[in-house]
Amino acid sequence: MRFMVITKATADSEAGRPPATEDFATMGSFIQELMDAGVLLAADGLHPSTQGARIYFDGEKKTVVDGPFTETKELIAGFFLVETKSLEECVEWFKRCPMPRTADGEQPNLEIRRVIQAEDFEAAMTPELRAAAEQRDQESRYN
Amino acid sequence: MTTDTHRAIEAVWRIEAPRLIAGLTRLVHDVGTAEELAQDALVAALEQWPAAGVPGNPGAWLMTTAKRRAIDQIRRNETFRRKVEEVGRDLQESSPDIGALVAEDDGIGDDRLRLVFVACHPVLSTEARTALTLRLLGGLTTDEIARAFLVPEPTVAQRIVRAKKTLAQARVPFEVPQGDELAARLASVLEVVYLIFNEGYSATAGDDWMRPALCEDALRLGRILARLAPREPEVHGLVALMEIQASRAVARTGPGGEPVLLADQNRARWDHLLIRRGLAALDRAEALIDDEPGPYVLQAAIAACHARATRFADTDWSRIARLYERLARTMPSPVVELNRAVALSMAYGPETGLALLDQLTALPALRGYHLLPSVRGDFLSRLGRHAEARTEFERAASLTRNERERTLLLDRAAGCD
Repeated sequence: MRFMVITKATADSEAGRPPATEDFATMGSFIQELMDAGVLLAADGLHPSTQGARIYFDGEKKTVVDGPFTETKELIAGFFLVETKSLEECVEWFKRCPMPRTADGEQPNLEIRRVIQAEDFEAAMTPELRAAAEQRDQESRYN
Repeated sequence: MTTDTHRAIEAVWRIEAPRLIAGLTRLVHDVGTAEELAQDALVAALEQWPAAGVPGNPGAWLMTTAKRRAIDQIRRNETFRRKVEEVGRDLQESSPDIGALVAEDDGIGDDRLRLVFVACHPVLSTEARTALTLRLLGGLTTDEIARAFLVPEPTVAQRIVRAKKTLAQARVPFEVPQGDELAARLASVLEVVYLIFNEGYSATAGDDWMRPALCEDALRLGRILARLAPREPEVHGLVALMEIQASRAVARTGPGGEPVLLADQNRARWDHLLIRRGLAALDRAEALIDDEPGPYVLQAAIAACHARATRFADTDWSRIARLYERLARTMPSPVVELNRAVALSMAYGPETGLALLDQLTALPALRGYHLLPSVRGDFLSRLGRHAEARTEFERAASLTRNERERTLLLDRAAGCD
C-alpha cells in the first residue's frame, strides 16, 4: 500500500526559516532509516506559500491568486511517499518521525493518506467507465 | 485486548522483526532459536502493551526482552551449558551489562546482511529459501506466505522448521561470505528475491491480494539489500529491473484480465514514480561496473529502453538487440536468443530476425516452446508470406497451455489471408 504522509506548515516554514542544524540531522537519520527498511519512495519539502499560487474555478471563470495564504495550519510544508504493508505500519513508522518544536513553540502535525492506485479504481469501475477512461488515456497520450 | 493495539503490535513486528532476529542470531548463533526468542518477546508485548501502552521505543523494548529471555533460557537449560559460556563470553566481550548491549546499535546493518545470506544459503531448497527470507526479513507470517504461494499453511510452517534445522545441522556460519564465494552466494540471494517478485507478477486479477503483494515484498527486500550492499552493481540492477517491471503492472492486463502486449500498453498508465526510481537504480549500477555488466543489470538496461520510450514507435530496438547479444553471452539461453531475434526484426526488419530464428529451430530446448512458432509466424506475416505464417500460428496455438493465448493465436492464424 502506498501512503502520502503530509507535513503541515508552521509559521517558521511559511516564513522560509530553515530548521536548526541538529533538527536537520535528526530528520536526515529518520529518512535514512526509512530508506534502509526499503519503505521510502520519495520525500520533498515545499517552499513557503509566498512562492505559490492558487487557481479558483467558478464555472468557466478562473481566478489566479498568488500566495501567501493565511490558514497556515492547513497548508502543506512537505510530504513523504512510502510503501508499507498497512496503514498501521505507516503510522508506526511516522510516530518515530522527529517533530521538534519551532522557536515559538509550535509543533506541526502529520497527516497520513492512502494513495489511490490503479487497482483501487479498477474495483469500483464499471466496464463503461473503464472504456471511457481508456479512451481518455489514449487521447491524452498524443496531446 | 483492543484490535487497534493488536494491529499496532503487528506493525511493530513488521518493522522490527528483521533487526531483532538478526541481532539475536548474532547472540545465540542459531536462526531458529533467534526467531523463537523474537516470537517470545512478541508474545510478551501482546500481553503487556495493551494495558501498559506501546513503549516509546518498541524496537529496543523487544530486543531487551528477547535478550533477557535468551540469557534466562541458556542459564536454565543444562544442555546449553556450553552455550552459556559462549554467550557469557560474547556478552563480556561486547559489553558488561545487558542494558548497554541493547543500546548498542553498531553492526545491525551487518547483522541483517548476514541474516540474508543465511536465509538464502545454498544448502536450502529454493522453496525453503523463499519462505525463510519472507519470514525473517520480510516480516511476513506463515499464513501470509502460504496464501501468496497458494500452498497450505502447515506446508510453509514445516518448510521453515525444516530449513532452520538444516541450517543448524550444516552449521552455516552467521557471516557475509568473502572473496570468490561472495559472487555465487549473492547470486543465490538475488535469485530468491527475483523469484518472489515473479510469483507476485504472474498473479492474475482474481487472486488473493497477498499474491500480487509479493511484488511489493520483493521490491522492499531488494531496496533493503541495495542499502546493505551498496557496492554490488547486480543488487542495484535487480532493484532497477523490478522497479521498472512493477511500473507496468497495471497496464499489462486488459479490462477482461487478458494480457496486453508491450506494444499495445497504454504508457500513460505506467507508474512513472517507479520508472524514475528504476532508472536511478540502473544509473547507480552502471556507475559501479568496471567490466562486463551482469545479467540483472543487462535485463534492467533492456527494461529501461522500453521505459524511456514515450511511444512504442520511439523504442530504441538496435540498442535492445545489442543488449540481448551481451545478455546471451553472460547468460546463454534460447529464450534470450528468441528475444534478440524479435529486437533484431524490429530494428532491421523481419528478414534479420528470421535468419537468427532459423538457427534456433534446431535447438532441442525450444522444441515444444510455443513462442518460437508464434514469433516466426509474426515475422513471416510481416514479410507477406501468409500461408507459412498461418501454419506457424496454428502450431503455436496447439503448443500453448494458456486458453487466452490460444484464442489470440488462432485469431492471428485466421487473419493470414
